[in-house]
Order: sequence, then C-alpha cells, then structure tokens
Amino acid sequence: MHVPDGFIDAPTSAVTGVVAAGAIAVSLRGARRELDERTAPLAGLVAAFIFAVQMLNFPVAAGTSGHLLGGALAAILVGPYTGVLCVSVVLLMQGILFADGGLTALGVNITDMAIVTTVVAYALFRGLVKVLPRTRRSVTVASFVAALVSVPAAALAFTLLYWIGGTTDVSIGKVATAMVGVHLLIGIGEAAITALTVGAVIAVRPDLVYGARGLTQRLKLRVNGELVDAPQAEPAAAPAARSHRKVWITGLVTSLVLAGFVSFYASADPDGLEKVAADKGIDKKTEEHAAADSPLADYGVEDITDARLSGGLAGVIGVGVTVVAGSAVFWAVRRRHSDDTSPTNTNTTV
Amino acid sequence: MGAGHAHRLYRHGHSPVHALPPHTKLAATFAFVVVVVSTPREAMWAFGLYAVLLAVVAGAARVPAGFLLRRLLIEVPFVAFAVLMPFVAEGEQVDVLGMSLSVSGLWGAWNVLAKGTLGVAASVLLASTTELRELLLGLQRLRLPSLLVQIASFMIRYGDVITDEMRRMRIARESRGFEARGVRHWGVLAKSAGALFIRSYERGERVHLAMVSRGYAGSMPVIDEVTASRAQWSYALALPCTALVVCLLGWTL
Repeated sequence: MHVPDGFIDAPTSAVTGVVAAGAIAVSLRGARRELDERTAPLAGLVAAFIFAVQMLNFPVAAGTSGHLLGGALAAILVGPYTGVLCVSVVLLMQGILFADGGLTALGVNITDMAIVTTVVAYALFRGLVKVLPRTRRSVTVASFVAALVSVPAAALAFTLLYWIGGTTDVSIGKVATAMVGVHLLIGIGEAAITALTVGAVIAVRPDLVYGARGLTQRLKLRVNGELVDAPQAEPAAAPAARSHRKVWITGLVTSLVLAGFVSFYASADPDGLEKVAADKGIDKKTEEHAAADSPLADYGVEDITDARLSGGLAGVIGVGVTVVAGSAVFWAVRRRHSDDTSPTNTNTTV
Repeated sequence: MGAGHAHRLYRHGHSPVHALPPHTKLAATFAFVVVVVSTPREAMWAFGLYAVLLAVVAGAARVPAGFLLRRLLIEVPFVAFAVLMPFVAEGEQVDVLGMSLSVSGLWGAWNVLAKGTLGVAASVLLASTTELRELLLGLQRLRLPSLLVQIASFMIRYGDVITDEMRRMRIARESRGFEARGVRHWGVLAKSAGALFIRSYERGERVHLAMVSRGYAGSMPVIDEVTASRAQWSYALALPCTALVVCLLGWTL
C-alpha cells in the first residue's frame, strides 16, 4: 500500500504532510510518557522489529501470501504513541533508503498506514478490553478484532484521500470496493497473526504487552484492596492531567478553526463533486483542441488549475473532518490511558 | 553493527555528488520530487527533460545505468496498477489494438508511471551516493526532531541484527522440516514473531542501560558537525532549480 509520487496531487500531499507532522509531534510527547527516558533505544528497536516482521510472509491461500502491516501489533504491544512513531520511522526510512513509497507521498503514507491503523486499532482494542471480561483470552480476542478492522480502515482512508486528491477519475465506488474487498482478506491474515503473536508474548512476558497492563493492575486491586492504591495514584495523575488539558485545548481550538473552515466551505463541497464529474468533459475538450491552437490549450490548463484548487479546498474540508474525529478519538484514548497507566507506573517503580 | 555499516543500496565512490554535504542532497532531492509532482501531465517533454537531468546527476556521481535500472524494479507493483488504470477508469474511450481504453485512465497511468519512476530514481540516486550515518546527520541538520533521528538511527543500526535473528529462526524452522503451507501454520509464524518481539524489546532495554552507564542523558553528542558552504548549496540546488525552470515552461507552453 506504499503510495508512490504522483499518485495523489500536490495540495492533498501537502495537507496530509502537515497532518502527519502534527501527529508525530503529539506521539513524540506521548511516547516519552509511555517509555520514560528509554524512548530512543526502545522505540528504535521496536521499529526494527516491525521492519523485520513486515518481511514475514504468511501463506494466505494456494500460492499467494501476504505480509503484516504491523500498525495494530505495535499499538497493542508498545502503546499507541510509540506505535505511531515506530511505524512512521519505518515508513520514513523505507521512503528515503529503499525508495519504497514516494518522498512527496510520505505524508499520505504516514497518515494512512501509521496513524489510521494505529489509532483505529488501539481505540477498538481499548474499547473491547473494557467491555470483555478481564482475562488473557479477551486481550487476544480484542487484538484480533482490532487488527481485523484496522486494515480495511486504512484502505478506506486511502480511498478517501484518493477521492480528495486522486490524479485519475476512476469511479470512487470501484476504488472503495476493490480496496476494502482486498484488504478485508489481508485483514483476516493480519488479525490472526497479530492475535497469535500477542498471545505468544502474553504467555511468556505479560508485563511487556502494553495493552494488557490494565489487566494485571485490576487483578491486583481486587486482591490487595483499595487502601494501598488510592494515594499512590493521585500524585502521578495530577501533572498528567494538566498536560492533557493543554494538549486537549490546543486540539480543540485547532479543530474549531478547521470546523469553521468546513462550515464556510460546506456549500463548495457539492460544487467540487460536480467539478470532478465535469472534469471528463473538460479533458475531452482539451484533447480535441490541444494540437490545434494554443489559446484553447491555455484555457484547458487554466481549468485544470481550477480543478486543483477545488481539490485543495476539498482537502482542507476532509482534513478538518479527520482532525475533529481524530482528536475525539485521541481524547477518548487519552482519558482511558491516564486512568490505566498512572497506577502501573507507580507499580513498576515500587 | 558498527557505525560505519554501509547499507546495501550505498555505492562507494569519490565523485563530486558523493562529497556534497548530506542535508544539501536531501533538500535537493525533496525539492526536485516536489517540482516533478507539480508538473502538468500533459507536458510530456518535461518529463523527458527531468530524466535527462537525473541521468546527468547519475553520470556526475558515476553510478552506472544498469545499477540504477535494477534498483528501479522496486516500482513494479505500481506499474501493474498503472497498467490496470486505462481499463477501469471512466470517460471518453479510445480504441487501441481492438481494446477500448479510457482516455483519462491513460493519462492517469502515464502520470503515475512518469512521476513515480522519476521519484524512485531520485531517491535511489540519493541513497546510492549517501552513507547511512550521513543521511541521519543530514536529517538532523534539516531540523527533524532529534528524538526521531535517534529512533531512526537505532532502527537502522539494529535492523540488521533483528533481521538476522528472524533469518536464524527461519533456518531453525526449516531445518526441522517446517514449511508454511497454509492457515494451519500461522500459529508457528506468530510464535516466531512473538519471540522476536521479546528479544528486540529486551535488547532495547539492555542498550538503554549500556547508554545510561556511559553517560547518556537524553540526547546524543554531535561529534562531526557538518556545514555546507554557499558553493555546495548552489551546486546541490542546481538540480531542482533547473527542474523548476522546466516545470514553469511546462505550465506556460
């Protein structure tokens, strides 16, 4: 799913680049909290692990095989922030060193494969772990579902980006069915391998599985009673809550500004759609006259810049929606996250 | 796993391109790709000129054409996708060799093929003339967050170690007669991945302890400060600037 250069137009690539940079900045802060000062070596080695695991081919059916994307696995094993960071670093290095995925499409690739997979998988995982009974088996089940959904979610996100900034007018329904259909199949393999891997790690070192941290903590609470835990939890939670609020308010202001944009340009949205529909007709015109005379060719180019502009507008709208939805998810995850980690942090130091 | 570990895409040499500071090369490559992507697809000749520009750079870097072309093979999956485009896209149809193809699909396929190939060629040239350590230094000079650069450098440094670990496990599996043939064998592969994760994580902890015991306090010391003179910058930026001229011509003509 590595997108090459020229697949998505320039304005959309630029906007996704900004989104990716913002998400990486948030993850850098979050990862420090998840891994303390061990961030650099641990995240680096986990990134190397994901890089190696992506080479692990598993047979799907007769003759064909797929490979892991690793977003869900990383989020469950080391936490969502570190997960985003690790997959992003892997994508960055693949782009620069191996020319796998275009340099200008880096933002698209990171948004699609690092952010969407990890956030979707982790949000689903956390939700399921909350709902299901607190056993190791339910962690495995939750990671299966999370990985299963994360892959088609990434495919959908790609379709959305393609719809906003694609350079060819393939009908979007076709792209969506093809992408989601294929990736649903890949998702089953990904889900099975992810769940089995998480299960294997839990069997040996349950303390290493980030997603199972809340699990061990809850069990201890029941045995020891609340008296020991309650005073410990508070000092750790207080500074964390403050930094949360700051990040949350910044996110809210940003999303509000973007939401303002959305409401302002909301009427432009159907117009953009019509433009895409009319684009074929415009293409036809330029095709007929391009060779004949230059003014008409000029007109064609002018039209295309216009279409690009409308594509850019649509990009702003799409990103606004994504940011609002994304920050909502982040917020929900953060809230749960702070509830879960503060006791475990003190637990490890004790 | 030493610092002077060359990646397999790097091609040792002493050309003027090799000697350029890494961050100028990174900036030039990135600017070049941006220019290529923003060129209108109707200006076919412009892409030919871009290819000539890259060929000139490859000549200056003394990278043989065969080497470059072999590296371009990474693009093959997308070539397959691009070939499909004229068949699935909608709009006006033309008959080519008895097949009805979409005009906009043909343009789209051309667009992806031309821009994608040029982008891959530019990255391959960058990777084959710049050492790994230099690349990371260049990223740091370009103000990528230092934590991100550290993570990337650890990933690169230990990537081979972890990959080798994976390879040893594969050899161990195969020497016991295991062959992954279907869904039933997923469990074995997953256990390998789980074991690999534990090993990577524990190695990360050990590396961190080793770093702390050598005085690590959150940031890596910079030993070799790379700076670029104005001449080197202008030399490196000659490529994207020429490309920009071509791009502007493509928009106006």
